Amino acid sequence: MATRGFVGRRSPEETQKRLPPGQHRVEDFPILQIGPNPTIDLATWRFTLREGAKPLKSWSWDEFQALPRTAWQGDIHCVTKWSKFDTGWEGVSFDDLLADARIAAPTDFLLAEGYDDYSTNVPVADLAGGRAMIATHYEGAPIEPDHGGPARLFVPHLYLWKSAKWLKGLRFTKKDEAGFWEMRGYHMYGDPWREQRYTSD
Amino acid sequence: MIEVPDFRWRQALITAIAPVTARVKSFRLRTEIADAYRPGQHVDVRLTAEDGYRAQRSYSIASAPDGSGTIELMIEGLEGGEVSGFFHEIAEVGDAIELRGPIGGAFSWGPADGGPLLLVGGGSGVVPLLAMLRHRGAVAPEIPALLLYSARTRGDAIALDEIEARAGTEPGLSLIFTATRSGGRRIDAATVAEALTTLGHPTRVFICGATPFVGTAATLLVEAGVAPGLIRTERFGG
Ligand SMILES: Cc1cc2nc3c(=O)[nH]c(=O)nc-3n(C[C@H](O)[C@H](O)[C@H](O)COP(=O)(O)OP(=O)(O)OC[C@H]3O[C@@H](n4cnc5c(N)ncnc54)[C@H](O)[C@@H]3O)c2cc1C
Repeated sequence: MATRGFVGRRSPEETQKRLPPGQHRVEDFPILQIGPNPTIDLATWRFTLREGAKPLKSWSWDEFQALPRTAWQGDIHCVTKWSKFDTGWEGVSFDDLLADARIAAPTDFLLAEGYDDYSTNVPVADLAGGRAMIATHYEGAPIEPDHGGPARLFVPHLYLWKSAKWLKGLRFTKKDEAGFWEMRGYHMYGDPWREQRYTSD
Repeated sequence: MIEVPDFRWRQALITAIAPVTARVKSFRLRTEIADAYRPGQHVDVRLTAEDGYRAQRSYSIASAPDGSGTIELMIEGLEGGEVSGFFHEIAEVGDAIELRGPIGGAFSWGPADGGPLLLVGGGSGVVPLLAMLRHRGAVAPEIPALLLYSARTRGDAIALDEIEARAGTEPGLSLIFTATRSGGRRIDAATVAEALTTLGHPTRVFICGATPFVGTAATLLVEAGVAPGLIRTERFGG
């Protein structure tokens, strides 16, 4: 159904090709989060891998800095319908984390947990093989608290709500367990190219 | 598990359009979801051009479920805005648009959530808070609530007459309004302290507005001793 009189402001062909359905391009960097930025002190910051309740391995900030670094450049897509092109991120890949912990992923799913009361679920297959990192830098500088610093999950091929801000750890789960938004009607997987915003999409 | 609605796109008919301020218009939409949302939630709106090109944006619901079969949206017209521009310049009563929702259960309040309820709004960010105030007024006016509202000028403030009338007649509702461009000040530590003294310590806090406003207000509240876990934020952009 066409909306009477709606023409729209089309972006150039090359932009449209890079935009998943229902998205539009922004130049700024909008902020979406459920509450205030948590207060995080790097002196006490820890990042922990868990299997259920059991800790598998944990890193202090200094130990985390010593891990191999990965960089990524590309487009990011938020479920609130903005996309931002050519963003640059740097951090530690999920693969390098597991290698440093000398473990293989014990299950096929996990929940990424933040220092706030946020969590989100991601299949391990979407993190492994260089597809995701724990990012600490955006455009060459430490990630600002508003964008999830000191460290956030970064899974650029899924909607950005999967890239949990202020990451505290990753918890492997036996099943695919819904996180904060997924419990409230957001899609369990969240592929922007299939426009998987909400449960029924 | 929280009850999950059905996110199918639905046709909605514009049944009334009215000016709210010089920049904001109110749109009444007839839709099946009219009684199936919690105040604070939003809908996604989708517009389709003749050739199939589409644009989607989110808009908060301003009305409380009122049995009218309609919801109210309040949309600020942005210069060059693709969707808000359509609503301000083209949309007429009788037009159909598509919408889906309700969306955003984290930023929502119902009487069972109780109070004291602290609402902090900047500019058009007051829209979802207005839905909460309207609902509270209709079903639970005894729950203590305070709205801290900041707008550029009195004339730019959305539904200020209604909110002032509510604060005058509903027990337990207070309003602190500040017009930043006409002598009032921006929300600062003193305003936040005054709000907390008037209201008592809140058990629910909702902050909505443009990005910088929300960040500042959230930080001030945490610095004033409000537990971060009680605070929910929504940013419209900007
Ligand atoms: C959860 C949520 C709830 C919301 N609730 C409300 C609400 O209740 N009321 C409300 O008014 N808004 C609300 N918003 C904001 C709303 O979704 C839109 O972002 C807003 O209406 C702007 O959309 P637009 O299409 O009009 O502007 P856009 O086209 O997206 O542009 C935004 C701004 O950028 C400028 N711009 C961008 N690109 C260009 C370009 N190429 N050429 C010219 N100018 C450009 C525009 O001039 C405009 O000022 C909400 C947002 C969210 C996330």
